[in-house]
Amino acid sequence: MSFITGVGLTSFGRHEGASSLDLMSRAAELALSDAGLVRREIDGVLCGYSTVSPHIMLATVFAEHFGLKPSYAHAVQVGGATSLAMAMLAHHLVDAGVVRHMLVVSGENRLTGQSRDAAIQALAQVGHPDYEVPLGPTIPAYYGLVASRYMHEHDVTEEDLAELAVLMRRHALAHPGAQFHEPITVADVMASKPVALPLKLLDCCPVSDGGAAFVISREPTGEARIHVRGCAQAHTHQHVTAAPALGELGAQIAVARAKAIAGLDIADVRYAAVYDSFTITLAMLLEDLGLAKRGEAAALARAGHFSRDGEMPLNTHGGLLSYGHCGVGGAMAHLAETHRQMTGRAGARQVRDASIALLHGDGGVLSSHVSMFLERVR
Amino acid sequence: MSERADWTSAREAILYQSCCSCGAAQYFPRAFCAVCGGDVTENRASGEGRVYATTLVCRAATAETRAHLPYNIVLVDAVEGFRMMAHGEKDLAIGDEVVARFEPLAGRIVPYFVRR
Repeated sequence: MSFITGVGLTSFGRHEGASSLDLMSRAAELALSDAGLVRREIDGVLCGYSTVSPHIMLATVFAEHFGLKPSYAHAVQVGGATSLAMAMLAHHLVDAGVVRHMLVVSGENRLTGQSRDAAIQALAQVGHPDYEVPLGPTIPAYYGLVASRYMHEHDVTEEDLAELAVLMRRHALAHPGAQFHEPITVADVMASKPVALPLKLLDCCPVSDGGAAFVISREPTGEARIHVRGCAQAHTHQHVTAAPALGELGAQIAVARAKAIAGLDIADVRYAAVYDSFTITLAMLLEDLGLAKRGEAAALARAGHFSRDGEMPLNTHGGLLSYGHCGVGGAMAHLAETHRQMTGRAGARQVRDASIALLHGDGGVLSSHVSMFLERVR
Repeated sequence: MSERADWTSAREAILYQSCCSCGAAQYFPRAFCAVCGGDVTENRASGEGRVYATTLVCRAATAETRAHLPYNIVLVDAVEGFRMMAHGEKDLAIGDEVVARFEPLAGRIVPYFVRR
C-alpha cells in the first residue's frame, strides 16, 4: 500500500523573481506541512525537470537547497506525464519498502524566467531534430495536426473543442490560485488568435510560473487515507510522425492496464483529473479513457456532466487550460486538487463524492501515458 | 546519423528505408528495421502521397520561421508506406492526393506538397 499523505500547490501565473528552486521549495514546504511531516522524516525525493534551469542532477540540487539528505533521489522526465509517472514510481518504491516518505516535487518559473519565444522553442524540441523541428513546428502545431485528424474522423468541430476551454475557465473562477479569473464563452474561444489551426489561443494552455508537491508514504500520517489503488503506463511513440492510428493511442492501453490492476471500472470513478494541455488533448483523452463516448466529450461538457455538481466532476481547479501550466508542476496540480476533493477540503469547489478518482497524464504528443486510480479508504 | 542525401542536407529528395526481411518502410533513418531488427536498404521516394493531417501555423517561435507565417504543416502518407511531416499548400485537406516539391524555409529547403 501507499498513501498520498500531503499535497502542496502554489498559485500559478507570475511569480516575479522566484527561481525554479524557490517555487519547488514553496510547494515542498506546503506538502510537508499538509502531511504533518518534518524534513528529517523525508527519505526519498523525486523531482521533474526545469526547462528554465536545466540540471543533470536536479533532485540532489533540490535536496541540498531544501535541506534534505534522502536515501533515494533522482529526477524523472516524461514530459507532461512526469507528474503521474513520479506518483507511480513513488507508489511502487514505497510499497516495496525502499522509501518510507517520498517527497515528489516540481516547480518552474517558466513564464517570468524566459521569453515566451524561448519557452515555445524549448518545447518544440520534443519533435524529431532532423525530420520535424526544421519545418518550424510548435507544440500547438503537433497537437493541431492531431486535432485536424481527430475532428475529421469523429465529426468534432472547433466549437465542440471550445466547450472544454469554457469549462476549465469556469472551474478556475472558483480557485483563487488560478492564473485566469475572467469568464470566457465559446465565441471568445472561436475569436481568439489563431495559433496552429484548428487550435486558437484559448484552446491552448498558458505558460506559467508555479510549483506543486506531494508526499507518498507507507502509512497515513493523519486522518486522510487516500491510497493508490492501481496505476499503469503505455508508451507508443515519441514523434507525432510515428504515432499510431487514433484508435490505438496509449491512453486506452494505459487505462485498460490500470483498470485490471486496480480491479476497477470507469463506472466506479467519481472524480476525474485528466491532462488538458490543449482542448483537443482533453477531448481525446476523455474519450480514449472511456469517460465519454467517441465524439461526445463536448456534448457532455455542455450538458454539465463534467461540472462541479455534475456526474463526473473534472479538473475542478481549472486544469492546465485555466489554472495554468508551469511544466511538470502543471499536472501535479491535478493530483493536488484531486487530493483536496477526496479529503473534503476543496471548499467552494467541493464535489459531492470523490471517493474514487481516475487521473491521467500525457507526455510528448500523446506519446507517454500514465493512468492512476486513487481511492479513499477508512 | 550521418548526413543523408535528402532535403535535410539541401538535396531535393525524400529518402526512406525498407526492410530486407519484413518489408516494413520507415522514414526516420536507422541502421536497422524498427519492426524486426533486420537490415534495411535506402530508397528514394516518388514524392506521391495522401494528406493525413494538417495544421496552419500562425504563431512561430523563431524570427526565421516567423517570416514565413502562416504556413501549413502536413503529415503525408507516402505511397511507399511511410508517413512524413512537411509543408504544403494552405488549402490542402485531409485525403487530398499530393506530390512533393521543395520550397525554401528559414535558410534551408523543405518538402512542400501540392495537389496532384
